[in-house]
Formats: sequence, C-alpha cells, structure tokens
Amino acid sequence: MAKIVGAIMTSHVPMIGRAIANRNLQQDPYFKPFFDGLHPVRDWLARVKPDVAVLIYNDHGLNFFLDNLPTFAVGAAPVYHNADEGWGLPPFGSFAGDPRLSWHVIECLIEDEFDIATCQQVVVDHAFSIPMLLLWPDERPVRTVPILINTVQHPLPSPVRCAKFGRAIGRALESYEEDIRIVVVGTGGLSHQLEGTRAGFINKAFDLECIDSLATDPSRLTRYTSRELVALAGAQGVEILNWITARAALEGAVREIHRNYHIPISNTAAGTLLLEPLAA
Amino acid sequence: MNAPKKHPEIPGTIVFDGEMAMKGYALNRMCYSFNSAENREAFRADEEAYCAKYGLTEEQRDAVRRRDVLAMLEAGGNIYYLAKLLGIFGLNVQDIGAMQTGMTVEEFKQKLVEAGR
Repeated sequence: MAKIVGAIMTSHVPMIGRAIANRNLQQDPYFKPFFDGLHPVRDWLARVKPDVAVLIYNDHGLNFFLDNLPTFAVGAAPVYHNADEGWGLPPFGSFAGDPRLSWHVIECLIEDEFDIATCQQVVVDHAFSIPMLLLWPDERPVRTVPILINTVQHPLPSPVRCAKFGRAIGRALESYEEDIRIVVVGTGGLSHQLEGTRAGFINKAFDLECIDSLATDPSRLTRYTSRELVALAGAQGVEILNWITARAALEGAVREIHRNYHIPISNTAAGTLLLEPLAA
Repeated sequence: MNAPKKHPEIPGTIVFDGEMAMKGYALNRMCYSFNSAENREAFRADEEAYCAKYGLTEEQRDAVRRRDVLAMLEAGGNIYYLAKLLGIFGLNVQDIGAMQTGMTVEEFKQKLVEAGR
C-alpha cells in the first residue's frame, strides 16, 4: 500500500525564481536566510526518497480564468508544463505526472463527497514549479499530482472545509494499492498582500501562530473563516489554506522535523515547515 | 432564499468577490490574454485598439491609461490578472506596492524589512 511519508509546506514567492535561475543569489544576504532553511528538508527528502509529490496550491491566473473557476481541482495528466505567466518569470520546464494515481484520488474524493473538477491538462504556474525546484534543485526524481484550490475569487473554501478536503486526500492516497512513498506539499504564504492601500501588510505574530498550530493543533486554525484569514494574513496570505489542506493529509499526531521563517522575500513573509506522521 | 451575507470591511483591502468579479470581467479577461507574448506585443503596438477589442468600460480604460493600480482595483481588476498588465508597464509587485501606498520603492522595501523585526 502507498504511504504518506510527510508534509512539506513552503512559500512560492516568484522572486525566489530569480535565485533558482541564478544560484549565486542563494548566498546573497537577501535570499540566504530562506534558502538555508531548505537544507534540512532536502536532507530529509534524500533520506525518505518519496516516489510521488502531491502539490496542493493555488493557480494565479495561468491555467484558470474566471469563466470557469473550480473551488477544488485535481490534475490527471502524464506531464505538466510550466508556462509563461506574463510578468517575466522564465518557465522551468516540465514535470512528470502519475495519471493512474490521479484517477485513484479523483475516484476516492468523489466517493468521499468532494465533487472536484478533473483536469487532463493543467499548465502549472510558479506555485507548483518553484516549490518543486526548491525541494529537488538538481533532479526531478518524483512523479507529481497537482491539486488546486481557488484563492483568487471569493467565496473561498473555508479553513474547516480545506482541512476536511486534506483529510480526504490523505485517505485517498493511503488507500492506493501500489507500494509507493508519497510526500504532500502545500505551497504559498505566509502573510502578504499585494494590492490596495494595505499592500505590504505582514503579520509576523499570526504567521508564527499558524506554524505552531499546524505543528501541534491544526484545529486552532480551522475556527477562522476565509475572510478572517484575509484580515489576519493579507489578501494573498490566505494561501495558508494550501498549508492547512496539506497538513490535514497527515492523520493524527505529527513530529516537527524542521521549520524556517524569514521576512521578507519580495512582499512576503516566507516560511518552510516539514512534518512527519508520528506513526512513520 | 437567504440574502447574501454582509461581511465586515477589511481596511485597505477590496475583497475580490462575485460583485467585483462581474464588474471587472472585461479588464481581467484582457489581462488573462497577456499570458501570451504575442498578445503582450499587440497591446504594446496599439493599446487603445487592444482595450477596445476586450470591451473595457470607460472607468477601466481610464485606469489603464493612467497606470493607476488602485483605480484598476476599484474597476474590478484582480491583482493576479493585473500583474500581467503591470508587467508590460515594467512594474513589479514592489513597484506597485509603493505606488498604492504613496511611498518610494525604497521606503516600501524598508517597511517590509522592518515587519520582520
């Protein structure tokens, strides 16, 4: 049977892409505190060697437009291409899919009353490609399954709904009959806001509360509404929904392997968190 | 049927909900087209014609003409789509952060650094 070996949460700030394209920048004092926080995660990945990464993220207007915008969607393609998003980040190539696992997840989620959209083509944006390159900078040894959550247009799914969705994803993965090792990756966050007169808003106290809650008691986060998350974490800080979902894929108690938090990368408080199921 | 819920205001923030999504549809649809380099070129070549083709409202057209991000948001623009248009103007998220808050870019960057202390 498949096994979920852990959950990794990490920011996907486009500016990180600059230091992926030019690795010398990773030693620059601006980027170093963030990149240094990834080494323990890469060491862990080298040790546990997952076969598949399930990426839980939000599309930023690359694959989906407002004509058809699913709240939850699951990719089921043999390959996912990263593409031009219009504002200058160079695309980082292609990522292998695992359509058989995707369809298993789709079947299970619908059986479990999550009526997701299913996508046999997904163009993946920086919220997928940047975490992949942060976690596997040199090789692409894992197959991927993208799971997309709407954080663009309100109403957004609530934190409690995302936690239930994440648990259903976890159940689906654990019921897959192949002996594969799966890591769940939640991308985005932490607090930031790009637009309006509150642009540049960052809430360090709330970010630290989020990291603590996900590591110890995620139910503390599910008492908020998504609107409250916007107020507390900023209009884009609401991407914490991806972290809540990824955390919920792990059942029961977890062990915190590593955390890192640094302000700022671009307009964002950047964070990384690695959790392992206690039973592992 | 229940009336839609009234939500408390969030200072300095326009929540992009159904009302804004309807209002901003033409502008956002134009911005979505800028995922293609060819369309970005077409906009650069003839901005007025490109905006006309996507049926922008006069309010949206004026906000684009003036490179006024706050006005684009008021007109229903969503920041994820607007970012593609603002990229054509050579503006990144830190430039527009400064513009929207009335700071210089250096002041805006400094404010972010101080948020970490």
